[in-house]
This record gives sequence, C-alpha cells and structure tokens, in this order.
Amino acid sequence: MQKSKLGLDFTKVNRARSMAKSIADDVKRFSDKYTSVAVERTLCRLLGVDGVDANDVPLPNVVVDSIKEKSALGQGAVFFLGNAVVETGLSPQQIAEKIASNKLDITQLPTHTREEVTDALQPYIDYSIERIKNNRARREKYIETIGEGPMPYLYVIVATGNIYEDVIQAQAAARQGADIIAVIRTTGQSLLDYVPYGATTEGFGGTYATQENFRIMRKALDEVGEEVGRYIRLCNYCSGLCMPEIAAMGALEGLDVMLNDALYGILFRDINMQRTLIDQYFSRVINGFAGIIINTGEDNYLTTADAVEEAHTVLASDLINEQMALTAGLPEEQMGLGHAFEMDPDLENGFLLELAQAQMTREIFPKAPLKYMPPTKFMTGNIFKGHIQDALFNAVSIWTKQGLQLLGMLTEAVHTPLMQDRFLSIENAKYVFNNMRNIGDEVEYKKGGIIRNRAKEVLDKATNLLEKLEKEGLFTALEKGIFADIKRPKNGGKGLDGVSEKAEGYLNPFIKLMKS
Amino acid sequence: MSSGLYSTESKDFDKTLDLKKVKPYGDTMNDGKVQMSFTLPVPIGDEGIEAAKQLMRKMGFENPLVVYYEQLTEGFTFFSGYGSCTHTVDYTAIHVPKVESTKWDMHQTDEFIKEHIGRPIVVVGASTGTDAHTVGIDAIMNMKGYAGHYGLERYEMIEALNMGSQVPNEDLIAKALELNADAILVSQTVTQKDVHIKNMVNLIEILEAEGIRHKMIVACGGPRVTHELAKELGYDAGFGMNTYADDVASFIAQELDKRING
Ligand code: B12
Repeated sequence: MQKSKLGLDFTKVNRARSMAKSIADDVKRFSDKYTSVAVERTLCRLLGVDGVDANDVPLPNVVVDSIKEKSALGQGAVFFLGNAVVETGLSPQQIAEKIASNKLDITQLPTHTREEVTDALQPYIDYSIERIKNNRARREKYIETIGEGPMPYLYVIVATGNIYEDVIQAQAAARQGADIIAVIRTTGQSLLDYVPYGATTEGFGGTYATQENFRIMRKALDEVGEEVGRYIRLCNYCSGLCMPEIAAMGALEGLDVMLNDALYGILFRDINMQRTLIDQYFSRVINGFAGIIINTGEDNYLTTADAVEEAHTVLASDLINEQMALTAGLPEEQMGLGHAFEMDPDLENGFLLELAQAQMTREIFPKAPLKYMPPTKFMTGNIFKGHIQDALFNAVSIWTKQGLQLLGMLTEAVHTPLMQDRFLSIENAKYVFNNMRNIGDEVEYKKGGIIRNRAKEVLDKATNLLEKLEKEGLFTALEKGIFADIKRPKNGGKGLDGVSEKAEGYLNPFIKLMKS
Repeated sequence: MSSGLYSTESKDFDKTLDLKKVKPYGDTMNDGKVQMSFTLPVPIGDEGIEAAKQLMRKMGFENPLVVYYEQLTEGFTFFSGYGSCTHTVDYTAIHVPKVESTKWDMHQTDEFIKEHIGRPIVVVGASTGTDAHTVGIDAIMNMKGYAGHYGLERYEMIEALNMGSQVPNEDLIAKALELNADAILVSQTVTQKDVHIKNMVNLIEILEAEGIRHKMIVACGGPRVTHELAKELGYDAGFGMNTYADDVASFIAQELDKRING
C-alpha cells in the first residue's frame, strides 16, 4: 500500500483510475475503426516521403490528397505506396515525386497481396524504426556520459519567430541553467493541415515547427549541452491538425519532450473531437516508442475555468490522459501530466490549496514526471509582483517534487520572454529550489487541516465526475462543456472531413512494431 | 558629475510641482528618478558598463548608475540601473482621445435602448485572425461576464452572438451582414510583430472595399488596444484593459442613437 502524506484514500484513487480506463478504452474502440489524413501523412513520412512540390505543398500531403480524391483514404497510404513500390520498383519518395508531377496515380495500379506489399516496404520501415531507436540510444548515452540536471527540470520557452534567433536564446538559457528548451509554435500553425517545410524565420508568438527547424535546434542544444556538461532536452508541440506527423518528425530528429494532449486541440482550437482522438492515439504510440516525454495540457483548463472550483476536472483529465497514454504503450515515466498554479493571488490561503493540489497530483501519479505550469492568468503588468508569484510557484514545486517546471516569467502578461526575463526566472527557480531543497521531506501535513481536507475534496469531486463521464462517454462530456467550461459538438470544429473509416485490408505496420 | 547611491550632492533644483514641467518622482519633487533594466549585446566588463551609462545619458538620464550587471550568455550583458530624468512633459497640454459616451450599467443601457432605439440591438463579435484567445471577448459577450460585470448576452435589449476565436475577418463580416448587425466587436490579444494591427486593418479594408463600412459600428478591444489606436485604424472605438460589457454596451447604444436619431 502506498503511503500518503495527505491521508489520501487509495481505494478511491484506484476506483477513479479504473473508471478512467474504461473511458479511455471506449475512445480506443472508436479510434481503432478510423484513420485520418494526418495519420496517413505520418505513415508517408515514416516511409521516407519528405520535401515539397513545385507549389511548396509537402509531398506527404500530395500523396494523401491524391488518395483522398479517389475516396480511397480508408484503404490507407501504406497499402497504395507499398503496392506502387512492388509495381514500379521505385522508392516511396520517388513515387511521391511522380505523383506530384502528375505522372502516376497510385490508386489505379494492379493490386498485389498484403504480403508482397509489406515485404516491399520492409527496408523503408526498418530504416525509420532504426533511426528512431538510434535517437533514443543517443539520448541515453548523452545522459550517461555528460549527465543531466536534477528534477524538477527547468523548462523555458523560446518564441522569437526566427529559428536562428531562437538558437541564440536557447543556448543562452542553457548556459543559465535551463534543462529543457521548448520552441513554442507560431500562432495559427495548429490549424494548418500540413507541416511547413525547411528553416523558417517568420512567425508570430512562436516559430513554425518544421523538421529542418527541429534539426537546427537539436544540433544547437547538443553543442551547448556538451559545453555546459548537461544534456539539454528539446521540446515542441505535437498538437493541432498535424499531431501525429509532428510526433514522427520529432522522433526522427531526436526531440525529447512533446506537448501532446488528447483534448487541448478540441477545447482551445476547436478541432473536431473525433479527428483529434484518432490522431492522438498514433502520435502517442510514436512518442512512447521514441522515449519522448509527453506533456498534457490540463493546465490550460484553468485559464478559462476557475482553478479552485474546477481543480477536480484537472485531476479527472490527468487520469484519463494517463489511461489513453497507457493504451498507446506510453509508459508512466514518460507522462508529463499537466497541472498548474493558477489560483487567484488574492485568495486567502491560496498557497495551501496549491500545495494540496500539487502534493495530491504527485502522490496519485508517483512515477510521472509531472508538468507543472506557472501562474499565467493572474499575471499582470506588475512584473515585480509577478516575480513573487513565480517564487511561490517554485516553492510549491520543490516542496512536492514536480517533474518539469515550466518557469514563470515576470513579463507573462506583456510579451513572449526576452533573454533577460528568462535569466531572472531561472535565477528565481535556482534560488528557491536550492534554498528549500528538502522541505518536502521535513514537513508533514496536519490531520484534518486545510491541506488534507482540500486534497480529499478534490479527489472526491474528480471521482464523482469520472463516474458521470464513464456513463456518458468522453464525447458527450466534451459536448456538455465539462472541461474548461468549453462546449464542442461531436461533428463540429475543424478537420472532420479528414477522417475516414478504415477499409478492409487497411495497413499500419508501425503500431505493432512501436508498441512491442 | 559623479554621484553614488548615498549622494549628498546639493539638490539645487526647483522642488515645487509644476504641471507644465512634470518629471518622475523618487522621494523628492523633480528628482527625476527612474529605475530601468535592459540588455546590451556586448560582453561583460568595464566597457560594457560604460556603454550602458552612455546610453542612459543619451536617453536623457543624469547621474546614470549601473547597480547590477550580469552576463546572460557570451556577448550579452544585463544591466539594472537608475538615473535622473532630464526631460519634462507638459501635463496641462495633454489630450487623450477617449470613448465619448457616458458609461451606464446594464439596466440603464437596456432602458435607453428601449426608449431611443425601440428594438434590440444586434451585436456580433469574435477573436479574429489567427488569435485563439477567447477570454477577452467572452468577458465582454458571454452571459456571465467578467469581474462582476454581466456580458452582452445578458442584456435584455441586445442580441449578442459570440463567434469564438480564430474567426477570419470575412466570416465575421458575412455573419454580421446575415444578421443585419448594428455593431461588430473584434478582440485581439496577440500583438507580436504587430500581427493585431495588420489583422484589424484588414477588417476595415474589406468593409470599405465592399462599401459597407458606414452600415455598422465597429469596435475593438484587447489588453494592448487603446481608443487612440482604434481610431487611427478606422474603428469607431477601442477598449483596453479593465473595460467591460458596460463600457462597450453604453457606447454602442449612444452611438447608434446618434446615427439613427441624429
Ligand atoms: C489564457 C491565455 C492563453 C490561453 C487562451 C485560452 C482561451 N480560450 O482564451 C491559451 C493557453 C490557449 C493561450 C494560447 C496562446 N497564447 Co496566451 N495567454 C493567456 C494569458 C495567460 C491570459 C489572457 C487572458 O485570458 N486574460 C484575461 C482577459 C479577460 O483579459 P483581456 O483579454 O485583456 O480582456 C479584457 C480587456 O482587454 C477587454 N477586451 C478584450 N477583448 C475585447 C474586445 C472588445 C470588443 C472589448 C470592448 C473589450 C475587450 O475586456 C476584457 C475584460 O476586461 C496571457 C498572459 C496574461 N496574463 O495576460 C497569455 C498571452 C496573451 N498569450 C500569448 C501567446 C503568445 C499565446 C500563443 C500565441 C502562444 C503560442 N505560440 O502558442 C497561444 C495562442 C495561439 C493563437 N493561435 O493565438 C502572449 C501574447 C504576447 C503578445 N503580446 O503578443 C501572452 C501575453 C503570454 C506571453 N507573455 O507570452 N494563451
């Protein structure tokens, strides 16, 4: 039996977990039956298709659109590409180029057997699988040889819009003590139904996620990591309409952390829920295999809903996200489940409630490298007070042993971080972490006190909510606006036309290889 | 011209407040004290500190003091400093354009609309372009409102439609035409590289190109929006931080009354 400093009732936790599992299983049964344009483009990428056509349309889009136009998406890109390889003897990349120049229609070729098709693709499949495995080994070797910073990892974002400027900011942050660099994406990227190509220098509030940008930043972080003697992790965002594609690109380029929430796109970008849930499954399979830590986005709920009132929705969602990750073969050690320090600073004893929430989350997910988000909503132009809010946040984190510490910036309400803002934040965290390092081992929580009672209350409410969700299913819950106070219709939102039921003979050889 | 933190140098400046010549206040009238911090792309060292001080002088600060510096990374140094500002402004000559309407609460506005317009006012709003922030427009439009101020949906005499976020300007306009809207509301939060300006200008350009700009009241809002900026971009009004449904509802009601009843 687990020991709880909060006196948590673990039978209740187990019950909550099993309800979350049945909710996740329900979603899995649904998503197993469908594929999407994003999933198919991901498969193209994993078979080596890359680059753009004369109009800058990425070749994975060219291939998948050519299949979709013939209403054959349900058959899957793997089958058509493999069949074309058998038929023409060309590589998937060469075939894609031919499709781009209108010299080939892969849906009209004579068909070969499943075995012939998979055999012909085996070398391409093996190549990607090996490359991802090598990236994983590379990371492990780095950590073994040059080491890494202690948890909580200091996580900062760069967001200049220009990848080369981002490199300067990222290397500076690493030298100051950052452990994880997240290159935040430009506004609008999550709604693009393709991934832009090449190095980019123009973005708003962030930088385009492209495979070349991943490569540029990976190289820069390896360089600075060797210099400072600490492996520096690279994080990006696999969310939006290209969720699994970005997961594949990240896996191929050796990223370490990916934002990858099951519900964020639905709630905050109005992406269709069916599309998102189909896409998230494959993206998690890839992230799991690549050894990538995923970050879930529960913290965002508290930017639109109240952190005291709705704390239990964060816990319930963490439990569901955990189960959905497990069904995709992603282990607990890679689950950066999200939560946040977002209570109104004017609240009396707010710090105690935050402490209760963080400690409770820690105890319920003991192995997960929890992702802890700083105050954002109640940050104002008063940067001086903001710096103190961030210090309290850092105190809760070290106290309750969080995993990934998204550093708060004193200028949160003003702009994306300047180099000096990041410096001050890292200094703040290092000071608090060092000064309070073992406080969590020293201090216990009073029986019947505010902290224990709060944790119990949140767990109770989360359990009740899961009960309701189990009965109604996740789709209905989203329609009713249970999370973040935001309602989304099952057939509304963006991207539903990119979903197709899988046909007889549909192939995705990667799932089996990656999950075993 | 040397000075330290504990300078006892005679303060031989005029210590009476003159609103025609206002400058910052530290602990003595007209001492001009300003605290600032910035980063220079130069290595740490004496030359860097001197560069920071020279720059502060050029910015108009007397007795520039560098009180803290640290290298952020090779070739970049952070400075924290103080100086006494030499510039002044004439406070008495300042004119800030403000939304010219009386701010009423929900009941007053509803009553006014009943009496003067005689029908519900139709308002369509959205967070437009690539902007995904909805909390601002929700605060203004949704039933529950924000910080104790009910939103437009709650108004008896306002028919409000909140289209949400990332709404293209074309869609917002189409909806407004379809509903015969009296007013369009735009919310913009992301301002990096002036993306909000480009997007807000684009809306006005489309309205003008289609010859329908005069048909409706167009207002915008967001944390970095000011009325002055809004007017400059061709909007009828702009609302910034700490503005609520009350502000925009009373403005629309009064403006519409002017347009209809002269
Ligand atoms: C919540 C939040 C989010 C949430 C939004 C959830 C949602 N559904 O809205 C999430 C997590 C999704 C988010 C995402 C992003 N965010 Co954000 N976010 C914030 C945050 C923390 C609070 C904003 C907020 O809700 N304020 C509360 C509301 C009530 O205030 P308000 O908008 O100012 O509205 C008031 C007034 O301005 C006015 N008003 C507003 N609109 C209108 C309209 C009219 C007509 C009227 C009359 C009045 C009015 O009335 C309101 C009530 O007084 C701010 C930081 C901060 N503390 O300000 C960053 C911030 C706004 N975000 C920022 C950024 C960059 C982003 C991203 C672009 C990051 C990225 N690259 O992915 C993405 C958005 C992607 C996109 N496509 O836009 C930056 C913007 C920087 C800049 N100046 O350009 C900020 C400042 C954070 C930062 N320092 O980086 N964000």
